[in-house]
Amino acid sequence: MKTPAPAPDPATDGPVMVSLYAAQKKVYPRSIKGLFASWRWFFVFATQIFYYGMPWVQWGGRQAMLFDLDARRFYIFGLVLYPQDVIYLTAILIISAMLLFLFTAVAGRQWCGYACPQTVYTEIYLWVEKRFEGDRQARMRLDAAPMSLGKLWRKGGKHLVWIAIGLWTGFTFVGYFTPIRELAAHVLAWRLGPWETFWVFFYGFATWGNAGFMREQVCKYMCPYARFQSAMFDKDTLIVTYDAARGEPRGGRSKKADPKALGLGDCIDCTMCVQVCPTGIDIRDGLQYECISCAACIDACDEVMDKVGYPRGLIRYSTERALEQGWGKREILRQVMRPRVLIYSAILAAVAMAFVASLVLRTPFKVDIVRDRATLARIVEGGQIENIYRIQVMNATEQAREFTLSVEGLPGLQLVSDPKVTIDAAGALWVPVRLRLPYDGAKPGSHEIHFRVDSPGVGEVREKSVFMVPR
Amino acid sequence: MSDFTSNFWSVFITTITLGGIVGCLLLLWFSGKTKAMTQSDNTTGHVWDEDLREMNNPLPRWWVGLFIITCLFGFAYLYLYPGLGSYEGSLKWTQIGQLDKEMAKGNEQVAPIYAAFAGKSVPELAKDAPAMAIGDRLFMNNCAQCHGSDARGGKGFPDLTDKQWNWGGTPDQIEETITKGRTGMMPPMAAAVGSPEDVRNVANYVLSLSGAPNDSVRANLGRAKFVVCAACHGPDGKGNPALGAPNLTSGVFMHGPAVESHIVAMITNGKTGVMPAWDKKFTPEQIKLLTAYVWGKGGGVAPPAAN
Repeated sequence: MKTPAPAPDPATDGPVMVSLYAAQKKVYPRSIKGLFASWRWFFVFATQIFYYGMPWVQWGGRQAMLFDLDARRFYIFGLVLYPQDVIYLTAILIISAMLLFLFTAVAGRQWCGYACPQTVYTEIYLWVEKRFEGDRQARMRLDAAPMSLGKLWRKGGKHLVWIAIGLWTGFTFVGYFTPIRELAAHVLAWRLGPWETFWVFFYGFATWGNAGFMREQVCKYMCPYARFQSAMFDKDTLIVTYDAARGEPRGGRSKKADPKALGLGDCIDCTMCVQVCPTGIDIRDGLQYECISCAACIDACDEVMDKVGYPRGLIRYSTERALEQGWGKREILRQVMRPRVLIYSAILAAVAMAFVASLVLRTPFKVDIVRDRATLARIVEGGQIENIYRIQVMNATEQAREFTLSVEGLPGLQLVSDPKVTIDAAGALWVPVRLRLPYDGAKPGSHEIHFRVDSPGVGEVREKSVFMVPR
Repeated sequence: MSDFTSNFWSVFITTITLGGIVGCLLLLWFSGKTKAMTQSDNTTGHVWDEDLREMNNPLPRWWVGLFIITCLFGFAYLYLYPGLGSYEGSLKWTQIGQLDKEMAKGNEQVAPIYAAFAGKSVPELAKDAPAMAIGDRLFMNNCAQCHGSDARGGKGFPDLTDKQWNWGGTPDQIEETITKGRTGMMPPMAAAVGSPEDVRNVANYVLSLSGAPNDSVRANLGRAKFVVCAACHGPDGKGNPALGAPNLTSGVFMHGPAVESHIVAMITNGKTGVMPAWDKKFTPEQIKLLTAYVWGKGGGVAPPAAN
């Protein structure tokens, strides 16, 4: 991979002295229409309609998706999760990582180019920027121009809209953790809590800074995905490539001239691919770590090729091997089924199946058993041996339910406290439980026993504990 | 306040901390002025192992800005909070202070909940389900460690659900027990009682008071010697709540089984039991709820008619 950092003056072919720190060169991506740009806008709408809309969806009298950190209950439609269910979060993260691996191995940095929030918000912010300041050339001219009333209006208006989008994004984010309808009422009544205010502004500021200013810098210097994704690349991974064999030597020419006669390739050196690039690179230099695979250059080049009457695809999605061998689509597709892809798919399928199965088979309540620590055992009337436990039953359904406790594991072992408990919807309760064993019912020492908690029509949970018989 | 006899360590820590931050800033300043050689192909010209060449991939300049902000944050933090040796920080922040503040805030938040229970008597509170839910949580978190999750106690810790109240079972007496704590002291009495035989006789007499299995001959012999015990336990052995002397006729023996060897050991060695005071941990409202919870556990004695 080549790195186009501050390029030394090509005229002097010798070494030059450069600073250890690179100044950020502002990138002015030209807006572009085309197949891949349309796909990107599709993902912008898909992800943002979900993101901004989801907190407003109601489900059975409450917010459909709400992560109530205060009460430690996580609601996802009909599902009520407890912090103990963090394993499902782990599974979701593994599935996400495997999906990323799989997509990357097959088709390169698709996530980066189409669905990553950094790309999506940058796209939205660029659209706003274009409305106020115009396209690439106009923006460059405006930045170079001295401050004037017109410039102030364009810049100020842009920032107002940017900040509004940022704050709305922050507000929506907080709305996943605090009921968004209450949050909206608080905003309107001008009495947002200090932490709510902080997080709304924090995420608002992050959106504004990242999508408005940092942009490609996030991908180049901050994003860890960008770094390790190259580990999933191989010679059969789809990348955005410039067909150098066909394009070189590049050069301008008259539309009527025959390039072969001039000794030129198909690249007319219009630099459109460079102008549309959101990370400011020249794809004709080959695969570069800055490339987020957004395919803006493909759209740009195809448009130019159409205009000059050359076939499309001078810049296209292809693989390193395909470019070497001069392969077409069919040969590239044949290479998809390779060990790397199959292994990623197998792991992904296994984890996804385990995830779905455990969600479907899960008993919607939980039981924790804590033996009293101070009182190992006590002798009660008739010389019976008594042990005390605290059983926490957590109801993960949204109806109040009755649970029945029972115990097994030692002959004559009896539960002498009330075996029936009723627990509120999504509530949890600690119940003290006493077990009695007749004198001589078991040898001194600790004995494994099992508590059974069941609720008709919901399920049954068996939990292990021990019964102590004193010496 | 210093934990050390000299302020050497304080100066040592301060020097290292400030020196480290200043060192970072100096490094940033020098590296900002330094220039590195770069070839036209964007390598530094360094070659190892024949063909390994070092690329020139400079950090972005804004990163330097972030680093400087971090350093400034460090200085501001060290000025405001205790971080430099024994320097207290301009905000005078302490962990204890933070705890006190949060406790005060927490108590303020729950005050309206407790306000709803104000003016209710202990027997009324004992029947109030929301009050008892709070009482249950307070008991589980603070009392159950000794008295058991079901309040039935254990060896050495009284059962709160029975009729035996060493210090009295009226609401006022229970509240006083929780607030101020109690120290119950049974002194070693063997010498006062007499010979080891006398001690065994008295032990059997004590067992006979509650109808526990005993040697009736020894019990009769021990009756006369019980006078030394009667000072606290009363002539009839029914105890004295003012002293915390337990009722010996109830059949409840907190520290062991109702057998001769145990009673002999108690007379010979004595026993001291402590219930800690909770007035520092709980607010008066919380103590009242706990009183109602314990009183309502079943063994409570009706308050005097005057209440």
